[in-house]
Amino acid sequence: MPAFDLATQSKRDLNQRLHNLPADTNETHWTVANPAGEHAIACGLDAPLTVEIQGHAGYYCAGMNKLATVIVEGNAGVGVGENMMSGTVHVKGDASQSAGATAHGGLLVIDGNASARCGISMKGVDIVVKGSIGPMSAFMAQSGNLVVLGDAGDALGDSIYETRIYVRGAVKSLGADCIEKPMEAKHKADLRRLLDAAGVGPEVSVDEFKRYGSARQLYNFHVDNAAAY
Amino acid sequence: MDTSSIPQTLPRFSATLDPASMAEIRRAAATGIYDIRGGGAKRKVPHFDDLLFLGASVSRYPLEGYREKCATDVTLGTRFAKKPIKLDIPITIAGMSFGSLSAQAKEALGRGASIVGTSTTTGDGGMTPEERGQSKALVYQYLPSRYGMNPDDIRKADAIEVVIGQGAKPGGGGMLLGQKISDRVAEMRTLPKGIDQRSACRHPDWTGPDDLEIKIEELREITDWEKPIYVKVGATRPYYDVALAVKSGADVVVLDGMQGGTAATQEVFIEHVGIPTLAAIRPAVQALQDLGMYRKVQLVVSGGIRNGADVAKAMALGADAVSIGSAALVALGDNDPALEEEYQKLGTTAGAYDDWQLGLDPAGISTQDPELAKRLDPVAAGRRLANYLSVLTLEAQTIARACGKSHLHNLEPEDLVALTIEAAAMAKVPLAGTDWIPGLSGM
Repeated sequence: MPAFDLATQSKRDLNQRLHNLPADTNETHWTVANPAGEHAIACGLDAPLTVEIQGHAGYYCAGMNKLATVIVEGNAGVGVGENMMSGTVHVKGDASQSAGATAHGGLLVIDGNASARCGISMKGVDIVVKGSIGPMSAFMAQSGNLVVLGDAGDALGDSIYETRIYVRGAVKSLGADCIEKPMEAKHKADLRRLLDAAGVGPEVSVDEFKRYGSARQLYNFHVDNAAAY
Repeated sequence: MDTSSIPQTLPRFSATLDPASMAEIRRAAATGIYDIRGGGAKRKVPHFDDLLFLGASVSRYPLEGYREKCATDVTLGTRFAKKPIKLDIPITIAGMSFGSLSAQAKEALGRGASIVGTSTTTGDGGMTPEERGQSKALVYQYLPSRYGMNPDDIRKADAIEVVIGQGAKPGGGGMLLGQKISDRVAEMRTLPKGIDQRSACRHPDWTGPDDLEIKIEELREITDWEKPIYVKVGATRPYYDVALAVKSGADVVVLDGMQGGTAATQEVFIEHVGIPTLAAIRPAVQALQDLGMYRKVQLVVSGGIRNGADVAKAMALGADAVSIGSAALVALGDNDPALEEEYQKLGTTAGAYDDWQLGLDPAGISTQDPELAKRLDPVAAGRRLANYLSVLTLEAQTIARACGKSHLHNLEPEDLVALTIEAAAMAKVPLAGTDWIPGLSGM
């Protein structure tokens, strides 16, 4: 298992070595010690690796991830897993703003809380936050699922497109064109799948969640809706 | 009394409430919505036409037109990138999206640019195989919406342009109306077909220059510090914006004046927000000089470049290169008088057509209608663009040689004078026939 120590080795060397790995590499499990909040750790990965970051990560950790599993043992800064395409990013602590921003695919799991704009403009990623999320989360969210076991802040799902949001706790307020929608069997099944993938056991029931999504009233500009824009 | 012989006052239009203003009032009253259109500012503003070159004479020695070399090459991205872009001519193709433009038009832009050894640029909505395949040097725009944003495409690109704003609408986002959302466009943007697609005005995961610096670091890490990183700003406060872009780690700053085009935005935005290209260049250059980064961070200027004189003037004022968008579309076939009958059916006339947002372009350029798009032959249109780019280059060389310069980059503000006080003040060159630079010299 390759071990990297950012106290003595550079992030540039780490990322370069991870990028240089061929898709069929045997060096598939990496550890990164002493991350000390460095930015852009393990970003742009494009191979089925597992990278364990043994501490706190700064901005854009695992940004644009493809295929890899990136685990942050501590907290993550702004934009963790931003624009990830596939793979898994798992933050064991809290995440700062814009977690999973514009991400197109894969699974982002945050064991703690996520700050404002979690899942902003998400485009297909699945995000599971075991704590609460901040205001303006899922703003202009296009596709994918956002699951929140705790509470959601103001203006949840403002100007949302086709993303599905599941919240177990309280929602402080909904944003423009975001409404509560019925939980049908297919949604419950989908939610169960997401909870299982995030390691949430049967002690958390899908019946405890409410579903939110787009009212689709702002999909085509109309002057009568001007006040909502 | 017979009044027929009494002289009458002629009907007189108000200069303030002129026919165009009244027509717009009536249109607004009938529809309740602002006017949306494509293109850049149409109002007359101080521009390159207000400058003249001082050719060589007794005190300066010219170069021979067809014999002595006047080089045109430029390298962009020399500050940090391991692989800077080397271009044969300093005229690049600006970012324009697949979605606003047809796939054929994007391909034609790539073909034309490649023939003459320059770069083209993607736009909102991501990279198409057509343009990557036909573009020797392709700049990948990194936009707030991140539509179609794919790290594989970033890795395939030759440079990355972080778009903060554009001259037509600095501070504004965009809207691609539903009628232009074909299946392919919808799929690339991960949205249902037929809905209006809003492009955000701010990036979703950074705010301000300190964050931008970290974002640029991430992009460099992802691309292993190989690719030049451009930062594009709409011209508003060019001194500070350029300084902050440099501070954030840009290799290249792209500065777009208010005459620069857009696929679609509000008319009031296009005409009333931002400053003319002419007014933006000198403060931008000053910022680079004050930071000791002039010619180290390259400056690309766009917005209203039409001919080789404009190219030469922008470079004399300090640009390392220029970029064209609207003019390139005209070279492809946009607003061609040969299509006048069809423009008339759309309620306009060749030369004035700007409803690019509607997707009805008879030239097959700003459309996603497959029948209309088919009209544009990307090979022939690419050839026209290459011809036009060659003419721009030859014209700029003609002027540079007349000023005694063996490289376009040797053009300098001292080669220029202004025809108007406004242009003299903005370009910081003397009013013709005087040594007066308003705001700088003399009283």
